[in-house]
Amino acid sequence: MNHYVLSLIVNNEINVISRVSGLLARRGYHVSCLSMREAEDPSLSRMTFVLEGDEHTLDQAKKQLCKLVDVIAVVEMKIQTSIRRELALVKVKAGPTDRVFIGETAKFFRAKIVDVAEETLIVEITGDDGKISAFINLMKPYGIVEVVRTGLAALERGNQGSSCYKEVYEKVQ
Amino acid sequence: MRFNGARILLECIREQGVDTIFGYPGGAVINIYDELYKQRNVLRHIRTSHEQGAVYAADGYARATGKVGVCLATSGPGATNLVTGIATAFMDSIPIVAITGNVPLSLLGKDSFQEVDIMGITMPITKHNFIVKDISNLADTVRSAFEIAKSGRPGPVLINIPKDITAHITEYKRITHKDRKVKDIPISPDSIAQAADLINMSKRPFIYAGGGVGCSGAADELVEFAEMLDAPTGCSLMGLGCFPGTHRLFTGMIGMHGTMASNLTATNCDLLIAVGARFSDRVVSNVKRFAPNAKIVQIDIDPTEISKNIEIDCHIMGDVKKVLSQLNSHVKRVIREEWVDQVIGWKQQYPLKYKRDGGLKPQYIMEKIYELTKGEAIITTEVGQNQIWAAQYYKYTRPRTYISSGGLGTMGYGLGASIGAQVGMPHKRVINIAGDGSFLMNCNELATVVENNLPIIVVVLNNHALGMVYQWQDMFYGSRYSCTQLNSPVNFVKLADAFCAVGLTITKEEEVESVLSRALELDGPVVINCEISRDEKVFPMVPPGEPIANTILGE
Ligand SMILES: Cc1ncc(C[n+]2csc(CCOP(=O)(O)OP(=O)(O)O)c2C)c(N)n1
Repeated sequence: MNHYVLSLIVNNEINVISRVSGLLARRGYHVSCLSMREAEDPSLSRMTFVLEGDEHTLDQAKKQLCKLVDVIAVVEMKIQTSIRRELALVKVKAGPTDRVFIGETAKFFRAKIVDVAEETLIVEITGDDGKISAFINLMKPYGIVEVVRTGLAALERGNQGSSCYKEVYEKVQ
Repeated sequence: MRFNGARILLECIREQGVDTIFGYPGGAVINIYDELYKQRNVLRHIRTSHEQGAVYAADGYARATGKVGVCLATSGPGATNLVTGIATAFMDSIPIVAITGNVPLSLLGKDSFQEVDIMGITMPITKHNFIVKDISNLADTVRSAFEIAKSGRPGPVLINIPKDITAHITEYKRITHKDRKVKDIPISPDSIAQAADLINMSKRPFIYAGGGVGCSGAADELVEFAEMLDAPTGCSLMGLGCFPGTHRLFTGMIGMHGTMASNLTATNCDLLIAVGARFSDRVVSNVKRFAPNAKIVQIDIDPTEISKNIEIDCHIMGDVKKVLSQLNSHVKRVIREEWVDQVIGWKQQYPLKYKRDGGLKPQYIMEKIYELTKGEAIITTEVGQNQIWAAQYYKYTRPRTYISSGGLGTMGYGLGASIGAQVGMPHKRVINIAGDGSFLMNCNELATVVENNLPIIVVVLNNHALGMVYQWQDMFYGSRYSCTQLNSPVNFVKLADAFCAVGLTITKEEEVESVLSRALELDGPVVINCEISRDEKVFPMVPPGEPIANTILGE
């Protein structure tokens, strides 16, 4: 089972999220995270998600997504050629003695403490899946109260901007 | 000019060259009906007995004419009554535009009277759907809907219009045949060359043609292609008529109820060329053992079909008609005596046949219908054994003459479809082949047939059973006929009479010709009740999951 990061440029239209998630669900594609926000052009949105499966699944999923009228481009964000980031907020139990250690660990991860309460801290951390999961694992012994993760954001490295996606779309077509 | 939404909607429909729509009124579309009243001389509206009939009629109209079919229904129950028809059109790639009313904008999302989320309901069964929330978008939405419905791989599109939008007023500018640039998908020269190589190297090619041939209008190119290659050609159910049933190279339908000749040819070929066909499970049956010795070439306009159900060796993406005409100038003309002789041998050794035991045979009825109409009728069907007999025992020579719900297998589809086909093709004879079960689902549409004086003939192959399921219970479920015997003594002749159609009966083989001739002469709505045996089965048949070479020929 492989993980593929797919980035979609879609029309910024009210039903688009149900069209995409509905298609993924009814065709049995397994998606582990999905995030969406308006793109640089406000008439467009950017959707990023992680698809689990093999090459055949990836190929079919890309083509099926391209068939949706509101999907303008589907791009695979390959690990070597793209930047992928996720943000997590981790609320962890932190008594007076643990605070120091948690603060030290956070520093190693370039994470920030963004809320301090009597018995807990909230740590904000950014990174790829591996880094965030590693940090969360290290926090487990202290006692995790809650975690929220945004899902991936991904962009291709290099000079090209979203105009290149139009070409990609035409290729897939 | 400034018009209200209802008027703009109808103007945009007429821009598309549509002259007839099918529908059923209600509160949320009353403004549209008011406008239809004013335009009744330029836009024909056929009110059916049920919205399901309207959407099947729009679908039948589209299948028979190649134009986009249009249907109209009110919000809530009107809209949900369209659902099965939209799904039917979706599975068979039929271009229809379904228009539904909805509650006014301010009541949306409040569980208002007759509100239903038809957008959510139809998302998985439409190419696209729209809700119009602003009158200024209405005209372009309607135009886009038609464009989406007929472009690329065709399919249904739904437009959902809240009631107040049909009353709002805005500026309308007529656009005459605005040929919006439809993106022409370029055909890759490499893929043509690669396919041509495989074809030229092949010794035993087989062409498997599907519905895509009909919808791209490529029947002539297909015949030329098959003759160039001297390649035996079989069709899926949806492909019937795309290759002449009378042609020397025609092997018949392929798959579950296909001919032994098609199934053996597919199994023994060294190259299988799929043309506008999607390798449905009803064709392929056992994926691992389908065309085991063959390389596979697939021609399709929809990229998702490539390697979806079966691994492909080479594909050409594009409109079937254009691809075939390019291929025709790249492949060598050959004569393959040995291979064609072998295939013709199979055709002779395993013809379609049925027992002539003195009883009234549905296959015989189909043969007679073929004879008496000289193969020039449009045959619509319901679903079940009737559908398969109609596919097997009538030789279709032109596309758009066998109209049947292939992908969804929708019982009750045929009568509505025959209405659309007859309205779209007024000079053709339209005959709906039905089972008693299917006919009972939507026989209410006889009212529509009679009201519009459509000369449709309904041939009910009455086996007093849900025959196809009954057959499975007989063969695979130890004759436990659970709920498939239709023992109600319903009298179809009287039923026809009640609808003011002519009811006729056939009980014996000797009556077939005279009764059919009489019905054809009547030139008005006729129902013919044909009393056939419950035990008549559809053969050949590939048992579920078996490779198609294991075709059972009969009992
Ligand atoms: C709407 C719908 N419901 C159920 C079925 C399942 N089904 C397939 S064939 C069949 C029997 C059809 O009986 P009838 O119309 O009498 O035709 P026959 O097979 O006897 O020719 C049934 C119930 C279906 N295809 N469509």
